[in-house]
Amino acid sequence: MLKFLKPFVYASVLAGTAFPVQAEKYGLGRVALPEEIAAWDWDVSPDGTGLPIGSGDAIDGEELFADKCASCHGDFAEGMGRWPKLAGGMDTLADEDPLKTVGSYWPHLSTVIDYVKRSMPFGYAGSLSDDETYAIVAYILYSNDLIEDDFVLSNETVFDVEMPNANGFIVDDRAETEYAMWSSGEPCMSNCKESVEITMRARVIDVTPETTGSSNASAEVTQVAEKAEPKQEETVVEVAAATAFDPELAKAGKKVFKKCKSCHQVGDKAKNRSGPLLNGIVGAEAGSVEGFKYSSAIKKAKAAGLVWNEDELAQFLTKPKKYLKGTKMSFAGLKKEKDTQAVIEYLKSFEK
Amino acid sequence: MSEQTHKTSQSRRAFLRGAAATSAGALVAGSASANAKPDKLITAIQPWAQELGDGVDATPYGLPIEHEADVIRRNVPWLTADAISSINFTPIHALDGTITPQGCAFERHHSGAIDLKKEDYRLMINGLVDTPLVFTYADLERFPRENHVYFCECAANTGMEWAGAQLNGAQFTHGMIHNMEYSGVSLRTLLEEAGLGAAGDLKDKWVFVEGADASSNGRSIPMEKALDDVMIAFKANGEALRKEHGYPARLVVPGWEGNMWVKWIRRIEVMDQAVESREETSKYTDTLEDGTSRKWTWEMDAKSVVTSPSPQSPITHGKGPLVISGLAWSGRGAITRVDVSKDGGMTWETARLAKPGEPMALTRFYLDTDWNGEEMLLQSRAIDDTGYIQPTKTQLREVRGLNSIYHNNCIQTWLVSPNGEVENVEVS
Repeated sequence: MLKFLKPFVYASVLAGTAFPVQAEKYGLGRVALPEEIAAWDWDVSPDGTGLPIGSGDAIDGEELFADKCASCHGDFAEGMGRWPKLAGGMDTLADEDPLKTVGSYWPHLSTVIDYVKRSMPFGYAGSLSDDETYAIVAYILYSNDLIEDDFVLSNETVFDVEMPNANGFIVDDRAETEYAMWSSGEPCMSNCKESVEITMRARVIDVTPETTGSSNASAEVTQVAEKAEPKQEETVVEVAAATAFDPELAKAGKKVFKKCKSCHQVGDKAKNRSGPLLNGIVGAEAGSVEGFKYSSAIKKAKAAGLVWNEDELAQFLTKPKKYLKGTKMSFAGLKKEKDTQAVIEYLKSFEK
Repeated sequence: MSEQTHKTSQSRRAFLRGAAATSAGALVAGSASANAKPDKLITAIQPWAQELGDGVDATPYGLPIEHEADVIRRNVPWLTADAISSINFTPIHALDGTITPQGCAFERHHSGAIDLKKEDYRLMINGLVDTPLVFTYADLERFPRENHVYFCECAANTGMEWAGAQLNGAQFTHGMIHNMEYSGVSLRTLLEEAGLGAAGDLKDKWVFVEGADASSNGRSIPMEKALDDVMIAFKANGEALRKEHGYPARLVVPGWEGNMWVKWIRRIEVMDQAVESREETSKYTDTLEDGTSRKWTWEMDAKSVVTSPSPQSPITHGKGPLVISGLAWSGRGAITRVDVSKDGGMTWETARLAKPGEPMALTRFYLDTDWNGEEMLLQSRAIDDTGYIQPTKTQLREVRGLNSIYHNNCIQTWLVSPNGEVENVEVS
């Protein structure tokens, strides 16, 4: 046995010293191809490394922004509801309630280009061309009074733009400025202060979501579900009688609807978000969802008597901007007829 | 609104009745009390002691029993514009021990939790490496594996409390945290597989990490940290990651803010500078009183909170023996000690750690006490092995002002009333 072991041990020791680097490699994975790296490596650094080649100005950007961004960020980048405000807030960072926007807060223009190209519009990320990216970023800068409307923003002019808060950041200095203040020596154990007063109470503010009574809450849910059930049956029967409802197609439509979900809701708990809730939309009068702020384009269509029958909906969903000029819906359209039909079938299954 | 207030006060009255009844039963402190009538739960044969229960496989993958239906993640709808880019909170007030079950561990998405299959998963390593590589999920499972327990805390945890006591519940004030046992591969192993010769001197190098979701949530991590303890994890608490936590693989960045723990990790680029992405400039930077902002505030400082009693976990048993329990953690090391105060910080006593603190993981503490039924102002104060002592909110505000949003690790105060109800308050 020993004779067998000896040369074996010897060989492995030799291998260990002769090829220390290779010993750490496992030979797993494969080489990434240049096309693959190009498809994923989009990051843009503050020194301009990675800037896409292209250009655009605020005039082009205004139209693109209205189409693709305004439904969340507002026509003037001022922000809708709680969606991010992209413009304004200059010199407010030391205020009681600072307004942090691209103009007032973001230190590098590279970051805006990186983020818009990579992750916007919300729900349709990576769909902007490089020229569109520059035009939209130019419009955001223009909305912050940082460039003139005819300034052509491009990979070559990026550094002509001064970001107001470029020097507003310091690297984490907690170790120097804080740690010694409260972490030196033994912590106090008794007579640490003379008296204690309550200075603020959360109940006064009363902004905590209601969570009391687990058993009550679940009983309520059960009740609602019981009530809802027969109604649902009725709905299905009704729909089936009106137009032959195709459950298989509706199932396929549920997948297609993922593209719509970032702005539209359906179902029992559906609410208006950046788009109106869509329960009962098939066959409904256009622009008639309560509480939703429609574009003037939809209001006009409603006045003209537009009803969302399957045919009209299909046209709208195929090319929204072409079908209804001025719509706030920032969606490019469904390319496949099959998808359009499927999503309409899916929408049919939600009664108003 | 008035209807909601009405409902709350009603349930509070009901709760008070219950508390009063129980404390009347506990007559003599220090010895067990006597019952007048025999307990039917004992004297009568109960159905569960007579009939048969569920067979095996009644639930092939089990969920908590229905009586625990209240122990769930919750969100605060007014915090964000949309649930797709939002956060919810771990029900820490109802959990014990340190490991967070995946099903109730908080979620934070920037463009929704995506459905990514293992067979569609690819991980690319590119940039300043000798050979840019692509790994499949199956490749990842062939590298030597490690197991570690770490907490993951969102930098914004307790962020709503800067200006004052606001949310009434430990779940909401401190629930942007979870603690799991991760199984995966060290990032160092993967970087060495691609080869770091091309990067030259590693001292000033970075890795940029991004996810496969639409937000991509790109972040820059200094090479020193990347080679130290960062992991690519594919299992948590023994099973596959949940969709909402980055299935099939996420980054684990021990002790550092949760935003850097990129989910659905798809690309790691070795670079000679920080990208300064949206998530590390416009967000996750801490604005100070004079308007300048700190960036690269990665480490989560030592912090603790009493999880019970707390507003959602009131005292229902009246005076006598009471277990005060809580969690402590530090992104810079292990918790060595936790002190508890019942009088708003005038006097402190040292709590018992359930187990010695582990680096960058949650530590459970207990203070076994005898409650005299009087009002308490409960606080806890964590100390880690660097000697760091958890500060008060006043101390933090003196340095940072009110607008930092992130990294609020202040001492929390709960007001416990004689009836056992608990409220989030701030004290002088």
